[in-house]
Amino acid sequence: MMPLSGDPPRSRILTVVLLVIVAALAFAPFLFPGSKPLNVAAKICIFIALAASYDLLLGYTGVVSFAHTMFYGIGSYGIAIALHTMGARWDASGLGLVAALPLAALLALVIGLFSLRVQTIFFAMITLAVASAFAVLASQLSWLTGGEDGRSFRVPELLRPGTTFIENLFGVPVTGRTLTYYIVFVCCAALFLALLRIVNSPFGRVLQAIRENPFRAEALGYRTVIHRTLANCIAAAVAAAVGALNALWLRYTGPDTALSFAIMLDILLIVVIGGMGTLYGAIIGGTLYVLAQNYLQALMGTVSTAAGDAGIPLLPHLLHPDRWLLWLGLLFIASVYFFPTGIVGKLRSGSQ
Amino acid sequence: MSAQDNVSEVGAALPKVRADYLPLLLPLLLAVAAWPFIPSGSTWITLTIAGLAMGMMIFVMASGLTLVFGLMDVLNFGHGAFIAIGAYLATLVLLPLAGWMQADSVWLNLAAVVPAVLLATGVTGLLGLAFERIVIAPVYGQHLKQILITMGGMIVAEQLLYVFFGPQQIPLPLPASLRGSFLIGEAAVEKYRVVAVLVGLAVFLAMLLILNRTKIGLLIRAGVENTEMVEALGYRITRLFVGVFMAGSALAGLGGVMWGLYREQVNAAMGGELMVLVFIVVIIGGLGSVTGCFIGALLVALATNYAGFLVPKLALITDIALMVAVLLWRPRGLYPVTSR
Repeated sequence: MMPLSGDPPRSRILTVVLLVIVAALAFAPFLFPGSKPLNVAAKICIFIALAASYDLLLGYTGVVSFAHTMFYGIGSYGIAIALHTMGARWDASGLGLVAALPLAALLALVIGLFSLRVQTIFFAMITLAVASAFAVLASQLSWLTGGEDGRSFRVPELLRPGTTFIENLFGVPVTGRTLTYYIVFVCCAALFLALLRIVNSPFGRVLQAIRENPFRAEALGYRTVIHRTLANCIAAAVAAAVGALNALWLRYTGPDTALSFAIMLDILLIVVIGGMGTLYGAIIGGTLYVLAQNYLQALMGTVSTAAGDAGIPLLPHLLHPDRWLLWLGLLFIASVYFFPTGIVGKLRSGSQ
Repeated sequence: MSAQDNVSEVGAALPKVRADYLPLLLPLLLAVAAWPFIPSGSTWITLTIAGLAMGMMIFVMASGLTLVFGLMDVLNFGHGAFIAIGAYLATLVLLPLAGWMQADSVWLNLAAVVPAVLLATGVTGLLGLAFERIVIAPVYGQHLKQILITMGGMIVAEQLLYVFFGPQQIPLPLPASLRGSFLIGEAAVEKYRVVAVLVGLAVFLAMLLILNRTKIGLLIRAGVENTEMVEALGYRITRLFVGVFMAGSALAGLGGVMWGLYREQVNAAMGGELMVLVFIVVIIGGLGSVTGCFIGALLVALATNYAGFLVPKLALITDIALMVAVLLWRPRGLYPVTSR
């Protein structure tokens, strides 16, 4: 149990489901060949790591941040701007990463020191304000970020779809795209395991103590501000790293893929549905959510058109694919009320 | 009964609260500081009045939020939804009555605007009642869930506006008698801005009067200080909560109508955008303080207007910069009210 840091899933069903998901993701290029399934698999990996880093804040530390997409965006834009201006080179992506990660952590430090010393509700408001200002700034500074159009860029030779390593492995060609997928997969897995290590360390225990009772934690001699701020910095750095991976996979970074508030909502929903304060929730929630987004949203469109043809009033508007957020919002509220422990919490309490 | 006398005796025994006037001077200082940078006096007057008008509108929207937080310890992330809903409701009245709006008679204009405002504030007030009872009441005292749930409510409300009113912007022209501007010296002053300032001032003064001179106001202020004690004295704090929440939502609706007329268009995203501005104002003012919220709104609006004129690119981050500056000076806002 070394890689799991002594924190196994603690439920037989959960273990089986997790093993299936991880196996499916690990062999995705061979199990589900084709570009759309691979895109979905990469997105699942990315959202799992992103939601896990957010869970460190929401679930383990008990603070709500609305700036997580901002850090994600910093990572994405770091890679995009570096590769766009310096060309498709490895040192460019390295430089982008080296610039973005400390920037994200530093910004998180400043925001945390500013707003976490008073109360967590301040933090929620201030992160919302800063994140929206950052999004506006990114779309306005078009000389740097490409504005609303974003930045498309070329990735290093080795990662391009045109590069073929093996013509036929189990009936599937191994290309630069496959390599990119495995970079995304391995990095996300490593980030996830690192987060698991962090929440099970003494530091992570203090975070949970602060979540349960900040006053008592302070009385025991732990500096709550320092711990919360540090958690914020770690979460921000991980989010930036995941953002960089996402940019590398998409070969594009723009406001919609990196900074939009919809992504923030996605993360919130994944963490809440999967189960707050259980990193495994991110795996379950992320997988379910991305699958639903990719396959249910299309279904909504079909039903909406059918309802429109049948002449039912209002229903076509309610089910229009653009109203995806409406249903997410309702689902989100319902899960906060009725399943505060999420899927993982349910499975664990069922198995005990 | 000598209860009255007792109260005054006890009051006399308390140490006098030191009045803190420094924040009140800030908007004035800001306006004076901007003076040398702006090339002509008439431009300065125009900008200042624009800033005041914008500030008053933001205050009307933000006052409800800060009051609700002060009394109930509930931070409503869905407050912005009430702003947008108010504006949309106004279009329901104002667009069919476009003929009256465009008529050259003040009375016909009023006959269109007054019902619109009444509808907007009335319905947002009732929605506030439903929202408080159904959505917020189950999660009193749980900040984390409150933030998550009210945020979810905001998203759902915004999406429902799209469902019912469509994704396009709805134009909302000003009534004929409020259009145009008049001259003070060489400075052009838009009529609507003066009206907005007057309405904002009226709301502010009414709130101060109610809070400081009536029984309800006394109970609200007592509730902000110590909810349990008010309950122990036999008052139903829940009713007070509901009433204040309704009033706050109705004020958000009123602010939404004012903002829609100011921008002369309405769209569903306005709730979210204004929400951010309202948060900044409330943080600057000190969570829970009406006076602080008033000053914060004026500061933010004046700074935005001056910066927008001097360095347009910078205007995007003036709010944040202002907030940071204020928090460096007073970490809990200008007038921190609650001990929470």
